[in-house]
Amino acid sequence: MWLAKVIVSYKTGILDPEAKTIHNALISLGYRDINKVETGKYFQISFSDSIGREKAEELTKQACDKILSNPVIQKYTFQLEEVSK
Amino acid sequence: MKFGVVVFPGSNCDHDTYHVLKKVVGAKVKYIWHKETTLNYFDVIILPGGFSYGDYLRVGAVARFSPVMREVIKFANSGGLVLGICNGFQVLLEAGLLPGSLITNDHLRFRCQDVYIKVANNKTCFSRSYESGQVLKMPIAHYSGNYFADKETLKILEGTERIVFQYCSLDGNVIPEENPNGSMLNIAGILNENKNILGMMPHPERAAEKILGSEDGLGIFNSLLRES
Repeated sequence: MWLAKVIVSYKTGILDPEAKTIHNALISLGYRDINKVETGKYFQISFSDSIGREKAEELTKQACDKILSNPVIQKYTFQLEEVSK
Repeated sequence: MKFGVVVFPGSNCDHDTYHVLKKVVGAKVKYIWHKETTLNYFDVIILPGGFSYGDYLRVGAVARFSPVMREVIKFANSGGLVLGICNGFQVLLEAGLLPGSLITNDHLRFRCQDVYIKVANNKTCFSRSYESGQVLKMPIAHYSGNYFADKETLKILEGTERIVFQYCSLDGNVIPEENPNGSMLNIAGILNENKNILGMMPHPERAAEKILGSEDGLGIFNSLLRES
């Protein structure tokens, strides 16, 4: 069975105030060597057994383009893994 | 002029909008459940404020795929008048009916307060009851009202007078200090290219009766009535 692990995050230049706040908190805890924090969302999508790698990739792309990400502000990456049930 | 107020699961300004249209303005108005697929009766569709579908994934992202939205997109593309308020504005952006996006407020706080907005364009179906440059007092109540668009889009919006409302001071100065959420160009409301769709973050339906502190929002509903 194929599994897609998707990460949706902000495009460069888009304000990410949550990441900024987390970064500030880390610095105040003493982690001065942390330069930057970015936030994103993680999705895990499982496919039916009949779906092969190529189809799984195509369907993941469609899901990302249609709903999981907003192309105005976000970008996405994903990895496909074959797992046994 | 017949108004329809869309009701998504999680809408919470639908009743306020209906009340203002029916009782204050005296217009014909009906609710439209999100599973409806016939909009023939209506001249104006309003997407109200709230938290449609719990604002899951991104604000407005799930509502955009509800059955009624397919029809709203058709209605809008054939020239029908559509007004999106707050969450309704977010839905219009996700649906691609307006350009840009509304991201988290720059200060990471939910802001619920009165703001002043300037009428940047009063030659629209939505704002013709106002004077050009008039300053209006209306409440905002949102966490994701920070308008973002790329430079090219902003230039087009400015150049084609599609910015209808901008956050400003009491005396009408559009300055960063009066920007409640980080919006680019202090944008509070914009139009689509054909100028039949308006999205705005402030709530005109909550500023339509003197007892509630302001009647400045009435002009939007009155402008639409004058279309008939």
